Amino acid sequence: MTDSDPLLQVDGVTLQYRTTDHLVTATYRVSFEVRTADRFVILGPSGCGKSTLLKAVGGFLRPVEGRILLGGVTIDAPGPDRVLVFQEFDQLLPWKTVKDNITFALTASRTLSNREADARARHYLDKVHLTPFADSYPHTLSGGMKQRVAIARGMAMEPRILLMDEPFAALDALTRTQMQAELLRLWDDTRFTVLFVTHSIPEAVRVGSRILLLSAHPGQVRAELAGGDPDDSDEARTARVAHIDALLFDRPAGSGRSQHD
Amino acid sequence: MTERPARPDVVHTVTTTGLDVVERPLGAGARLWASGAVRKTLVLAALAGLWEGYARALDNALLFPTLSSTGAALLAGLASGDLPRAAVYTLGVLLKGYAAGLLLAALLTALASATRLGADLLETLTAMFNPLPSIALLPLALIWFGLGEGSVIFVLIHAVLWAVALNTHAGFRAVSPTLRMVGRNYGLSPAGYLTRILIPGAFPSILTGLKVGWAFAWRTLIAAELVFGVSSGSGGLGWYIFERKNQLLIPDVFAGLLTVILFGLFVEHAIFKTVERRTIRRWGMQI
Repeated sequence: MTDSDPLLQVDGVTLQYRTTDHLVTATYRVSFEVRTADRFVILGPSGCGKSTLLKAVGGFLRPVEGRILLGGVTIDAPGPDRVLVFQEFDQLLPWKTVKDNITFALTASRTLSNREADARARHYLDKVHLTPFADSYPHTLSGGMKQRVAIARGMAMEPRILLMDEPFAALDALTRTQMQAELLRLWDDTRFTVLFVTHSIPEAVRVGSRILLLSAHPGQVRAELAGGDPDDSDEARTARVAHIDALLFDRPAGSGRSQHD
Repeated sequence: MTERPARPDVVHTVTTTGLDVVERPLGAGARLWASGAVRKTLVLAALAGLWEGYARALDNALLFPTLSSTGAALLAGLASGDLPRAAVYTLGVLLKGYAAGLLLAALLTALASATRLGADLLETLTAMFNPLPSIALLPLALIWFGLGEGSVIFVLIHAVLWAVALNTHAGFRAVSPTLRMVGRNYGLSPAGYLTRILIPGAFPSILTGLKVGWAFAWRTLIAAELVFGVSSGSGGLGWYIFERKNQLLIPDVFAGLLTVILFGLFVEHAIFKTVERRTIRRWGMQI
């Protein structure tokens, strides 16, 4: 497989889920391809089914129509080759220290033996600058630090694709900007493949190398665009944000400010 | 819109000189007061003082003996070996019943988490039997299992089972969906999922269930021994209390009750509190 072959193929995927009294269609015939080392962003307003789509790639949900292939093999169950990083701060196990949260992931999935897991956990903790907190329990950390641990845990698994479900949405604006820069720095380091879900257009432009726009309820592909370059000027970025805003909300470019941060 | 006068930017330099306190260790008194053991000892001492004072004022050893005469009776009971023998017997029966109750609760909860029908079964059984006082089953148990340990263990199981199963089941259901997905994401086996995600995640509830079950077991056992004390051969603490009452040895009755209380204090503080401190409090799941 070369780098230009698709790693992940999502092909005409319709997703539905049941609430207590409704059957809801979350996405309708969504197709896209993710290549190795892409920073692929799924962008859309609330209720466009982007998180549901990510969970389907994670294997927690089966499509009612279409197929999802990872390296040519159909995804039918959760597995450690696709690690999810959630928005919620409670994704770390409260009964394990920061380092044990990472080694737990590595040993529970039988990726590594105990000793190797320990070394790899230290390595990735160092990458997110949390070595001093290795033996702290998660409840003693700030929200941003917890997310960094979760990202370190996901990266330590060295999955074929890292799935991030609005990982910075619950953070304050300042921490959020820092975390975006840190993610890009980590990507520069290891060139992992990441599928990143967000509802923030500036975040998509900053983080993504490729951006998929979904329309709202049910989610359908509105556009697939090249992402911003990290070295883009502020003007170029602002123009890009306005362009996406116009596409998503069907208004002429430049009319009014985006309501989304 | 009216023109407002321009306001200049203001920049301060921050320094810590001249500040009185940035961080200072607390005084000895404040640290002592922060210790739960110290505060609780004071509470116990106050209660003991109240007891002694009231009993002395009442001056009727048949109704309410003083703490000192109860203490003397306790020491005498310990020295004669009657009280330790009764306590050991009671504790033995209690542990057997508690363990059997926990085992059954584990089985029922496992069934309830595995299948929806199992959950329905557990919820229905709990709704039916939890409000039923265990002691009310003792006459029936005596007919079924005869005059012996078997009947008492049966009612003990009834006392422990529902409280523990109900709390554990509720705890499992309260484990956050995110944590569940984390467990499944890393490919845990069903057994690993149970022991490494569900049980620690539900531990606050499980611990509450264990405590409530333990208290219910004590009550039921002492009551069973008091009412049907003769049923179980050599007799435990309840029987000790009942017998001494018949002989109007009231300080001995109080000594028996005090033993039960001391056991309760010991188990709560030395066992449950320690487990709590080392698990759920350390993990930040309880303040």
